[in-house]
Amino acid sequence: MSAELQALSEHIVSSLGEAIEDRAIAYGELTIVARLEEIKRVVTFLRDDPQCRFVCFIDICGADYPAREKRFDVVYHFLAPHHNRRIRVKVETDEETPVPSIIDLFPAANWYERETYDLYGVLFSGHPDLRRLLTDYGFEGHPLRKDFPLTGYVEVRYDDGQGRVVYEPVKLSQEFRNFDFLSPWEGTDYVLPGDEKAKA
Amino acid sequence: MGEHNIRNFTINFGPQHPAAHGVLRLVLELDGEVVERVDPHIGLLHRGTEKLIEYKTYVQANPYFDRLDYVAPMNQEHAYCLAIEKLLGIAVPRRAQLIRVLFSEIGRLLSHLLNVTTQAMDVGALTPPLWGFEEREKLMIFYERVSGSRLHANYFRPGGVNMDIQPELIDDIEAFCDPFLKVLDDLDTLVMGSRIFKQRNVDIGTITLDDCWKWGFSGPLVRSCGVAWDLRKAQPYECYEEMEFDIPVGLNGDNYDRQVIRMEEMRQSVRIMRQCLDKLRAPDGQGPVTTLDGKIAPPSRKDMKRSMEALIHHFKLYTEGFHVPAGEVYAAVEAPKGEFGVYLVSDGTNKPYRCHVRAPGFAHLQGMDFMCRGHMLADVAGVLGSLDIVFGEVDR
Repeated sequence: MSAELQALSEHIVSSLGEAIEDRAIAYGELTIVARLEEIKRVVTFLRDDPQCRFVCFIDICGADYPAREKRFDVVYHFLAPHHNRRIRVKVETDEETPVPSIIDLFPAANWYERETYDLYGVLFSGHPDLRRLLTDYGFEGHPLRKDFPLTGYVEVRYDDGQGRVVYEPVKLSQEFRNFDFLSPWEGTDYVLPGDEKAKA
Repeated sequence: MGEHNIRNFTINFGPQHPAAHGVLRLVLELDGEVVERVDPHIGLLHRGTEKLIEYKTYVQANPYFDRLDYVAPMNQEHAYCLAIEKLLGIAVPRRAQLIRVLFSEIGRLLSHLLNVTTQAMDVGALTPPLWGFEEREKLMIFYERVSGSRLHANYFRPGGVNMDIQPELIDDIEAFCDPFLKVLDDLDTLVMGSRIFKQRNVDIGTITLDDCWKWGFSGPLVRSCGVAWDLRKAQPYECYEEMEFDIPVGLNGDNYDRQVIRMEEMRQSVRIMRQCLDKLRAPDGQGPVTTLDGKIAPPSRKDMKRSMEALIHHFKLYTEGFHVPAGEVYAAVEAPKGEFGVYLVSDGTNKPYRCHVRAPGFAHLQGMDFMCRGHMLADVAGVLGSLDIVFGEVDR
């Protein structure tokens, strides 16, 4: 399996050249990192090349790494039913740079890109209808970003007097308790004087 | 007669419509009675599951998966546990695998029973859901007996399952199988053989295999197009490899084929369940039901009273939880509705860094627009029913 994936990744890299920034095989899964501008070419190749044939759309999702300069990953998953293989394609982007939409290659990308836009604020260029999908009508912010608080900013309740649902800023009777159970002892590299002699 | 100003008619279908299968709001654009465009508005059941999971330890996040597709809870947990186990690189003991497969198949029965019979209700029959729910009740009692909960089981755990299955329960599930097959035959004559059911479903919502792949469809939708694509066979996980079962396929890719496939899948599920029960009784089916690695699975209650180490493990596991090595995996199972996948990113701590849920219903509901175009308004409910939508997993 691993040798097969290795051969596949060689094939993809040799065919696409500079469009591929990085590739890795981990946990029996092939991941390639594509250049943002080239994503459509990469996906088209993966779909049409006889050795790839990743014709089945599986998933698009985002991931947020605020420490990075380009903080977002957009992660694509595809399946090749004929070869029974999966692939993961990633591109990196930030809040401003739009990712070319693959909606004309896979119509299923429509909602997945809308969801990624909704939850992360990643923009997609060429998407015909980039509306919010999962959050409330008129929602502000992108809830899956790491800097968005878990409790959000607004809460709703039904107001008897006004006879409608009203939006109010979140009032918590108790602060959200996020316990940090990470042990301060584990993972610390204790350097005791004299240890280096034992290694040498 | 002068020229009339003709314009399309837009109506709201749902969110409070009995055939909306929960909280779906469809904005339908109609030309007379013909559907021109379908715009599903989803998210009315959005609970931020993926965000919440990022704030929980790996074990604490498990119950959220019950609440996704709440008609077949354990199948979702299964995908999540497989993802964690892939990252941890641990093996699940054989008995736990058998129990998992057994309850995954019970989940399939639960889901298909609900879908096939409510589909009959969507097109006008009221009796089938009552028959289906009677059987579901029995199955949910099995859920309760093994996990303590009828719906939100939280039974599959990383490394195995929570508790061992009682020998009496094995006998009772076996006793359930034969009468259930009889009920299935009755349902088959009542629903599948019904002239009205056929009139409402044959050649409605037809799709081709090519559509399936590019729209990301899976499960019975792909199989209704004549391809025996089933992750249980194609990419076997747990001990599905040693199970004997057939994959039913359709020919026409229409609503009716999908329901016939679901009926047949239930029979195949019973077949798998029987094999599991036999193997659970066999000598090599005995043994632990969770991994013996004390750093991942909690110790038994008995050990905790006696062993200091077990007590420490218990304390650590239920406060800090276990750490998962950094990396990213995608694990998928053949859930009753299609491919249910979990994309899990770990940063090496005790909480998932990112957990994306790939729900089959999400992709299927998206296809509503192209499947319903040109159909009559009354067929919208039929197509929706045949897609097997459950809002817990679509909205997450």
